[in-house]
Amino acid sequence: MAAVYPLIFAALLFSVGVYGLLSRRHAVLVLMSIELMLAAVTVNLVTFWAIAGDALLTGQVFALFVMAIGAAEIGVGLAIIMLIYRNRASVNIDDADLMKY
Amino acid sequence: MSSVAWLIPALPAASAVVIVALGRKMPVGGAEIGILSLATAFVLSLVLAVEVFGANVAATTSGVGEAFLHTARVELAPIGAGDSLFAGIRIDGLTVMMFLLVTFVSLMVHVYSLGYLHGDERFTWYYAVLSFFSAAMLLLVVSDNLMLLLVGWELVGVSSFLLIGFWWELKANSDAAIKAFLTTKLGDVGLVVGVVALWGQFGTFDIAAITAMVGDGVQAGGAPLDTGLLSFALIAFVLGVVGKSAQFPLHTWLPDAMAGPTPVSALIHAATMVTAGVFLVARLYPLYSAAPAAQATLAVIGAITLLMAGLLALVQEDIKKVLAYSTVSQLGYMVAALAFSYTAGIFHLFTHGFFKALLFLGAGSIIHAAHSNNLRDMGGLAKVMPTTFATFLVGTLALMAVPPLAGFWSKDEILVEAAAAGGYTGSLVLVVGALGGALTVLYMTRVLYLTFAGSFRGEGHPHESPRSMTGPLVALAVPAALIGLVNLPVEAFQPYAFSAWTMFSLEYWQTHPIAFEPAIAAVAVGLALAGFLAGWALYRALPLGDDDPARRLGPVSTVLAEKYYLDRLWTDLVTRTIVRDTAAPAAVTLNDEVIDRAVAGAGRATVATGRRVYDDVDQRGIDGVLHGLATSTWWSGARLRLSQSGNVQLYAGAMLTGVVVLAIVFAVGEVS
Repeated sequence: MAAVYPLIFAALLFSVGVYGLLSRRHAVLVLMSIELMLAAVTVNLVTFWAIAGDALLTGQVFALFVMAIGAAEIGVGLAIIMLIYRNRASVNIDDADLMKY
Repeated sequence: MSSVAWLIPALPAASAVVIVALGRKMPVGGAEIGILSLATAFVLSLVLAVEVFGANVAATTSGVGEAFLHTARVELAPIGAGDSLFAGIRIDGLTVMMFLLVTFVSLMVHVYSLGYLHGDERFTWYYAVLSFFSAAMLLLVVSDNLMLLLVGWELVGVSSFLLIGFWWELKANSDAAIKAFLTTKLGDVGLVVGVVALWGQFGTFDIAAITAMVGDGVQAGGAPLDTGLLSFALIAFVLGVVGKSAQFPLHTWLPDAMAGPTPVSALIHAATMVTAGVFLVARLYPLYSAAPAAQATLAVIGAITLLMAGLLALVQEDIKKVLAYSTVSQLGYMVAALAFSYTAGIFHLFTHGFFKALLFLGAGSIIHAAHSNNLRDMGGLAKVMPTTFATFLVGTLALMAVPPLAGFWSKDEILVEAAAAGGYTGSLVLVVGALGGALTVLYMTRVLYLTFAGSFRGEGHPHESPRSMTGPLVALAVPAALIGLVNLPVEAFQPYAFSAWTMFSLEYWQTHPIAFEPAIAAVAVGLALAGFLAGWALYRALPLGDDDPARRLGPVSTVLAEKYYLDRLWTDLVTRTIVRDTAAPAAVTLNDEVIDRAVAGAGRATVATGRRVYDDVDQRGIDGVLHGLATSTWWSGARLRLSQSGNVQLYAGAMLTGVVVLAIVFAVGEVS
């Protein structure tokens, strides 16, 4: 069962991402943690595709989709962080509580 | 031509509107519009008369064909039971005869009023109402169904109210107008009942359809005709006739209606208003001939009226009131005549229209000169007012039924028909009619003597009236003298005569020839001569004033002067004693003590209940629930919104927790 190794790897990678998302204060690091979680999902997609052996390469195609969307998301996320920094001179995510009640 | 006959009533109606809108700016204050429209309507009537009468004469001379009849109608609104309200016209001999009479007399009155009302402050309004009155009467005669006829009938009533009370500044005048209006309305109740009853019996308002059904002896749904029901409807109509045509016992409004301007009296008493009732009976004549009970009612009412009013005319001191009672008396002749003969009734209507209009306009001219209505203030006017005297004399002789003037032929015809009909009613009308003729001569002799003979007893210097007043007098004197000749009772002439012009069916004309009885004519003329000699002798031999012979009959003249106490009956007994002293206080007590209290109690209970409901249910209950809901929502919202911290990582943690919980739930579900 060689497939269990990439799955365990993906689970670890996702956990690192979750930890980073919840614990980091720096906005860029939070964004990077999200990327880690997306990467873990990508690994899972490819692994399950390999197990199922789909002729249409669905898993690989979806992996490419996730990467493209992740890149776009990083673009938008970084732009937001840049604007917040310009307005508040801080990238601490605890300071960005404009959506509060 | 008959297709544009609707113009005849429409023209005066339009003129009334135009006069109200523009009259004040016109050089003669709107009178020219009224005169022009009436003159046009009269010319149209003449053209129409040539066509219709010509068609009827063609039928009578050849003995084939049928009486001329043209109808046209537009639907106004459906009223259920498969029937609709229509606005329709019906052109036949009777309609055209009324057209001629109404437009001619109305035209004369329009012209005459130029002088009579010269300088009156409501001159323009007067002409507007005068035109409106003519239009209403023309609508009444032209309508082809009972509903439209009723509308015309009521419009005539309204406009006569306006004209009688034209000088409303005097309380007596406005009282007279109200009295005329209410009295005729009392009769109109009968008319409405009759219209509804006929509709119930025949399922239609259409006069031609009802006449045809009665002719076939059927009613609505093809059932055989119920004569009792028909008699009920027709006697209800008689009540309307009694009100409108001033028959006993509702005639009391008519002498009071003399409060209006004299030309209006001429119009009301000669051509319109009072003839409406007679016209109605003539229009429904085929129905009346199927209901002997209704005919007997007509004969009795007519006979009572003609004798009673003739006696009353004897003691009046106001010249217009003499003429008014004379009109009531003549209307009695017409109503009585219609119990026996269609032609005799409407022929008397026709001739009377001309000579009575002439007499009223003549009286107006006399009043204009003498500045008084009272016969005591006149006298000796023959010399100073030759034109008025000559024309008034012609009118008087026509009314006295002196051959060969108009009144002779028509009144003689009534007596002949009554004699031919025989029976109780026929004999009654014959005897009473002959006596009434003598009475007519007597009271008219009195008027002639007091007005024109002797020397002037009033103040000032009377002079002849202006041309706009004498012109119509002369124009009316011609038909008053000659119109009787159109129905000469000669067999060879009859197919070309009035009876042929106005017939409603050829069969009726053939079976009811107009006859002449030398014996009856001789007796009538003899009685008239006796009346004249008696009158002349009395007034020559005796001084005037309080010694007026008509006042020296002891209790008889008291009864006459009190108008048989009929006015007392209506005003004192009915209005005052019964209504004011008994019924009204009782009604007031009932109103104050019972109804008011009940209403007030119910009102108070309602208010109390309302307050209780408001305080407890509304304010506390419903409002409480709503306020509670709002408060609790606000309170929970205030608590819940604290969770919206704005901290992104807190949200992410909550999401993660949720995912984990869901994952566990699904995993557990999968396993079990």
